[in-house]
Amino acid sequence: MSNLQSDLPMPIHGTLESDKARRSSTALLEWLQSWVVTVDHKRLGILYILYSIFFLLVAGAEAIFIRIQLAIPNNHFLTAEVYNRFFTMHGTTMVFLVGMPILFGFANYVVPLQIGARDMAFPRLNALSFWLTAFGGMLLYFSFLGGGLYGAGNAPDVGWFAYAPLTARTFSPGNATDYWALALIVSGFGTLGTAVNIIATIFSMRCRGMTLMRMPLFTWLYLVVSGLTLVTITPLTAAQFMLLIDRYLGGHFFDTQAGGSALVWVHFFWIFGHPEVYVLVLPAFAIANEIIPVFSRKAIFGYPAMVAASVGIMFVSLGVWAHHMFTVGMTSVTNAFFVLSTMLVGIPTGIKIFNWIATIWGGRVRFQTPMLFCLGFLYQFLIAGLTGIMLSVAPMDWQLHNSYFVIAHFHYVLVGAIVFCIFAGLYYWYPKATGRMMSERLGKWHFWLFVIGFHITFDTMHFLGILGMPRSIYTYQPDRGWNTLNMVVSIGGFIQGIAVLIFAYNFIVSYFRGDVAGDDPWDAWTLEWTTTSPPPVYNFGEEPEVRSRRPLWDLKHPHDTDWEYEG
Amino acid sequence: MRKNEGGGSVVWGLSQVRQVGRSAVRPVVRPAFRAWLVLAALSIFPGVAAAESASSIPNMMRPEATPAHQIFSLTLFVLLITGAIFAVVAGLLTVAIIRFRSRNSGTTIEPPQIYGSTQVELAWTVVPVLIVAVLFLTTARIIFAIQDAPKPKNALDVTVVGHQFWWEFRYPALGIVTANELHVPVSPVDHPQPTFLKLLSADVIHSFWVPRLAGKTDLIPNHVNTMWIDPHKPGLYLGQCAQFCGAQHAMMLLRVYVDTPTEYAAWVRNQQKPAAQDPTVAAGRTVFETQACMNCHRIAGTAATGTFGPDLTHLMSRSTIASGATTNTPEHLREWIKDPAHYKDGALMPAMQLSDQQLDQVTAYLATLK
Repeated sequence: MSNLQSDLPMPIHGTLESDKARRSSTALLEWLQSWVVTVDHKRLGILYILYSIFFLLVAGAEAIFIRIQLAIPNNHFLTAEVYNRFFTMHGTTMVFLVGMPILFGFANYVVPLQIGARDMAFPRLNALSFWLTAFGGMLLYFSFLGGGLYGAGNAPDVGWFAYAPLTARTFSPGNATDYWALALIVSGFGTLGTAVNIIATIFSMRCRGMTLMRMPLFTWLYLVVSGLTLVTITPLTAAQFMLLIDRYLGGHFFDTQAGGSALVWVHFFWIFGHPEVYVLVLPAFAIANEIIPVFSRKAIFGYPAMVAASVGIMFVSLGVWAHHMFTVGMTSVTNAFFVLSTMLVGIPTGIKIFNWIATIWGGRVRFQTPMLFCLGFLYQFLIAGLTGIMLSVAPMDWQLHNSYFVIAHFHYVLVGAIVFCIFAGLYYWYPKATGRMMSERLGKWHFWLFVIGFHITFDTMHFLGILGMPRSIYTYQPDRGWNTLNMVVSIGGFIQGIAVLIFAYNFIVSYFRGDVAGDDPWDAWTLEWTTTSPPPVYNFGEEPEVRSRRPLWDLKHPHDTDWEYEG
Repeated sequence: MRKNEGGGSVVWGLSQVRQVGRSAVRPVVRPAFRAWLVLAALSIFPGVAAAESASSIPNMMRPEATPAHQIFSLTLFVLLITGAIFAVVAGLLTVAIIRFRSRNSGTTIEPPQIYGSTQVELAWTVVPVLIVAVLFLTTARIIFAIQDAPKPKNALDVTVVGHQFWWEFRYPALGIVTANELHVPVSPVDHPQPTFLKLLSADVIHSFWVPRLAGKTDLIPNHVNTMWIDPHKPGLYLGQCAQFCGAQHAMMLLRVYVDTPTEYAAWVRNQQKPAAQDPTVAAGRTVFETQACMNCHRIAGTAATGTFGPDLTHLMSRSTIASGATTNTPEHLREWIKDPAHYKDGALMPAMQLSDQQLDQVTAYLATLK
């Protein structure tokens, strides 16, 4: 019953309950149940995205607490213990409960529509994956309650990379570390399920005429990301099992007091952790690859090079993990090797940036909110790449590693590039998913406040690192020259907080009061814009057939089609 | 490629990119330019130097030892290259956005569609390859220079042991054990006397970082690391633990005193003496030796031989306590013994529930350990 209705945003009519008095409450329950049991890729995509936005607000609140604590030296707003729990949870949440789920949410929603499919290859695996991820997140946050709310309960306090042997039972009694490991194992299985599903969908569900080299770049990049996810999440899951074996079954993998190796954990973690950065940033590129051409009114420049660069980044990213370990005392030859492999990432990444600029070049740029966020992304990603080159220079890393310079660098990637692209994608596909436009006016407020707050916060952080401020410290001495800069960073944090609240307001209110979008509000070119907004549960009435990378361009310009020019 | 209107513009972009390659292959920063860069780098921190005493700022841009100096020079070179890349790429992007903005929102005419250009794309692949080659070779040179520097015969050996949340310094050749404040002799450029640090950990991973002297190196349990410093100027250099190591990671501060030869000799002579024995504070010593204090702390020449906590033989020769959490005055010492959590919540030293009289006595005793 509910499945027939689910193409409407909120199908509360048609309840089976005949008693009028009980009708509305039953309808609500039916509606809720329809969301819980759904296997529709669009609904699961929306669930992923709503779940991530919720945790984005939570992790943002944690960041605000962190910044209040650090605004002045020797502050007592938070105790050391609570601060350590907050920064651990902020990092873990942003990577595992915001970044990954929201990006897989986009994949869930958009990939089947872009390739002209009616659903993912394995709809029920898709639902299982989402709920595993969701329960992983809930388990992680239940740690705040476990052990009582006072002192932030039993939340993990070992840093998001949880270096051994700090996680051993000797140094981390109680269950905080167990919550961290178990929650990530559970959500990790969800992630693996989704990755398998996306690969299967892209390889086997494409519509007629869509060869691999006619796939939209968005879909291409998700194929790459999903492959990378399969080889990335597995070492983390393995390491977490080893950690739990150490903690409960008397294993000695990382137990240095029994001859185990702390460095083995560091290797395992970064063999996961560095490719993970690309698991997060390639979807951001994917979003930019859709939005920049549409709002520049030009086809993407160098499509084959973009595909090759993405695949290249995937392979190179698997051989660079030890650049997180320049300070652990590797030999000079090993250090030099990882310097070179890391610098090589700059080449395909540079190609991408040049291709985006070339796409804008000669175009007719429209400055709507999705494009504004993508332009912000381009500048910030350029800077993030350049500070990345600085950190790849091992001797510079000996100074800057674990300092606020690194914090600034990876927030430039994670916020300046990835979160900016996520916002761009939300503004871009919101009309498709809801049938309504988000407010342009509030969108511009959101963009400008966010971009100003972002730069106040993260530009300043680079200088704190150069002035010797290490990460993960709950307070600092007043004589180090960090006072003013920290205050500035905190002020920027608040401005970003306000911007995100404006976004949340816009996101909710536009659902009810936004302008009606129509099928194709941005005058775009990929298949998702051929169907209605929101799309029916079966996506397409009849299977589309494509002859080029931009089927809607061909449709709109029958005398100047793409397929005449593509090789 | 089709519709040649855009094609010419892209070739113009190519000539801009090539300029990065030209400036990048010059491996040495010219002295005049370097001075200008230093000035620019320092002027970035407005008011900081004026507002606060500059010597306490652990600023990696003001190096005072060879490893830090070499890293600083390399930093300037890398900043030069990345700055040039930024100027060119961000400039191109800005020009593109401004020049190709939509002026008439009503128009439905699409701009010419350009799908790519093999020559242009090849060019902007080759230029980054050249830049990477230059950067890599320069970097490798500095890595080997710092990491594989030979150890001279006159080098001072110090073993550093990281603890939650304090530093233990052992001078094996001199028979000295101290904590949190490292004393090393100055190492003038004309006749250097570097200090080689052997880095160990008693519990979790820590990291030794004094930015003005050298980059950081981790202290890892079951894994011996080494690093070296050769400070050129006497003075106090601040640093702290740079690897999250638990509750009080933030208060694992580090002070390196670089002494002139005479200061250093005097310090060594004092540290090598057994602890002061003052009969007027015998009551305090009794408290120390009958409570649990002696299980964790060592005072040379007494029954106290513990090794879990800092060696207190010459406690009063140090200017801070609790690894820099506060200054070392008798009042602070008393407060610290009474309730360590007051200064450092999460420190592993327990509050011993001493009476006020015991506190006074033990503080008086410790205050004689000069």
